Amino acid sequence: MMKQMFKPAIAALAAAGAVAALVTPALAQRDPAYENARAAGLIGEQPDGYLGFVTTPTDAVRKLVSDLNIKRKDAYTRNAPAGSTIEQFAFVTGCNLILKTAPGEKYRTPDGKWLTRDSSPPVRDPRCAAN
Amino acid sequence: MTVRKTGKMRRAAIGGRCLLLTIGTMGLGGCVQVSAPDKPIEINLNIRIQQEVVYRIDGDAKKLIEQNGSIF
Repeated sequence: MMKQMFKPAIAALAAAGAVAALVTPALAQRDPAYENARAAGLIGEQPDGYLGFVTTPTDAVRKLVSDLNIKRKDAYTRNAPAGSTIEQFAFVTGCNLILKTAPGEKYRTPDGKWLTRDSSPPVRDPRCAAN
Repeated sequence: MTVRKTGKMRRAAIGGRCLLLTIGTMGLGGCVQVSAPDKPIEINLNIRIQQEVVYRIDGDAKKLIEQNGSIF
């Protein structure tokens, strides 16, 4: 009797787990260490579509950025649309990433200066799309 | 039938074997050390991109960011 009641419950849990496993990668959010390093202004978005160090990084921050940039490069490589290069796709993604920085976060201008994002539009490469 | 080496001949034979053993051991120790580059990926803005390409792939870039929230 008890066993029969448990079975659907277990099945429901398993189904929920499977759905979560499928949905999680798309909705996956930033690791707290990454979020904190961004918020603290230790790292920022560069016009080339990769993260850069604003200040001399600790070993932990260096590794964090290195891992993320490798994953980004992989994502650009696998998803660059036909007729565009990896660098072009990374650049256009970088345009968007700088536009999406939150006030207080750092981003790099085309001439290499690190700026702190405020409420005004960021200084971007003139080739970036308007929005 | 084996010829028993004596004196100089014997010493030379032992020396030769020792030399071979030494060279062999050196070979084992001489592994090539490969380490990951310490430098971060350098910023490169010398890219050539037409405005038409920027607008054509902008949507793909936005989609990539949306679908890979953990790395962007």
